[in-house]
Amino acid sequence: MKTLSNVLYITSPEVYLSLDGENVVVRKDEHTSTRLPLHNLENIVCFNWQGVSPALMGACAERGIGLAFLSPNGRFLGRVTGKVYGNVLLRKKQYLISEHESQCVPIASSFLIGKIYNSRKVIERALRDHGLLVDKDTLGRASAFLKEILKGLTTCKHIPELMAFEGSAAKIYFSVFDQLILQQKEDFHFEERSRRPPLDNMNSLLSFLYTLLTNEAMSALEAVGLDPYVGFLHADRPGRPSLALDLMEELRPVFADRLALSLVNRKQITGKGFTQKESGGILMDDDTRKTVITAWQERKKEEIEHPYLKERIPFGLIPHVQALLLARYLRGDLDAYPPFFWN
Amino acid sequence: MPREYSADELLPLSGIQHFLFCRRQWALIHVEMQWKENVLTAEGRLMHQRVDDPFFTEVRNGVILARSVPIASYRLGLSGICDAVEFTSSPEGVKIPGREGKYLPIPVEYKRGRPKSDPVDEVQLCAQAMCLEEMLSVSIPAGYLYYGETRHRTAVNLGNELRELVQKMAGEMHAYFERGYTPKVKPSKACRSCSLIDICLPNVQEKATSVANYIREWVERD
Ligand code: SF4
Repeated sequence: MKTLSNVLYITSPEVYLSLDGENVVVRKDEHTSTRLPLHNLENIVCFNWQGVSPALMGACAERGIGLAFLSPNGRFLGRVTGKVYGNVLLRKKQYLISEHESQCVPIASSFLIGKIYNSRKVIERALRDHGLLVDKDTLGRASAFLKEILKGLTTCKHIPELMAFEGSAAKIYFSVFDQLILQQKEDFHFEERSRRPPLDNMNSLLSFLYTLLTNEAMSALEAVGLDPYVGFLHADRPGRPSLALDLMEELRPVFADRLALSLVNRKQITGKGFTQKESGGILMDDDTRKTVITAWQERKKEEIEHPYLKERIPFGLIPHVQALLLARYLRGDLDAYPPFFWN
Repeated sequence: MPREYSADELLPLSGIQHFLFCRRQWALIHVEMQWKENVLTAEGRLMHQRVDDPFFTEVRNGVILARSVPIASYRLGLSGICDAVEFTSSPEGVKIPGREGKYLPIPVEYKRGRPKSDPVDEVQLCAQAMCLEEMLSVSIPAGYLYYGETRHRTAVNLGNELRELVQKMAGEMHAYFERGYTPKVKPSKACRSCSLIDICLPNVQEKATSVANYIREWVERD
């Protein structure tokens, strides 16, 4: 399979990006600038305040290079898209299916089957690798419970029913998540998921990784011509990238949860990298953000065998491959949407 | 009466090469708009670097050379840009604005590589000639293909067989386009050199009926 797309992450809030010939120029002040050829770049993700020159936006749009803007804290602000936006025929099909619950169910259940399989795998890995450090009984029970839910999911006929299964799965998974944190317990612990704002360091880390993943899912969907805003599991809501959230379900445990755990367990990040604001919300500092992004990039380079394609691909391509498989299913080339199962 | 297409319906003439290479590739690019930077835009950019100045018309040994000539045929339903058109003085030719006498247009297409075994380049050249014929009401018996690697140009006789092939390809392209149809994969040798292989996933379809089994198998695993 193909080469891994190159993503340029701009992590310093104060830089400005511009175009010079076929290069992107990253300028910090009058004296420091870096040049990178646009050729081979597939995505630029900016966590800066100053933004990007209109000429560079135009060049990205023309070449189909994704250009996304996020606030330095990782809140999604917007993206630049070119003249060719998606594939009308494919999107019409997507909208049509999204209107019929009975046609959404098989796709939505694939997403959730993938999610719960992979969540269970995160637990199983901890049991396998750290059997002596963890509470085997509780984790074993959680794993067995998830397996039951997995079976239940395959026979669901309605979205609310699917949601109920996923609700119980999430509850049990997050109830044991704290036990998977093996180091730096005083700084990293997990009681429950909090998002807006994240109220502890672990939640802040997870939220940031989910943001990176959302962005990858959105560009993958756009790249195959799908509309990231119209989902099958997540209901439509203005401004919510429902399909990207759908696609992320199966990828979260592998891309984000597992990475968050290893960053903490290997002490690659520490509690010092987080600040609690007056409101209780947590902010991640620049250096920690850089460390996380570097680990994320490294992760994306690792190769795995795709369980359905049976081909070795870099991790970072999984969102793209899944988006493609989804498009193929919607076009009628496949009998179901094959989720990504992590082995 | 053969049908005439409207301006909105014209398809890119350069698509003929994709269509002949693999119909699915053409449909992925032109129907599904799944183009990749390395296929279309890069080609376009290279072309512009090569063709020095589209507004400059050279006269050499009495031959007028026009570069980057926009062309269209409403009968074929195709439009595009001709790399170069040579106008040679000829009584069979046409009058061109601002020039004395009559000139016969001959399309010249530049290719980076070397001559190929299949007629892709000839078909594309012939389509260009047919556009010029329709626009200028003239008949063009031949055109030139110039290959960068061999630095040679070859005269191509634009016979009936070639013209019929162009007609047929253009008709099929329009039929696919109207239906929004992307042909199923037929994995072939061509796939190995296809720049859309990662979008097309030719070997996915071979497993086409097995996703339900795949899911069942994984769910039941321990
Ligand atoms: S990969 Fe093969 S079947 Fe698919 S578009 Fe390319 S040549 Fe055609």
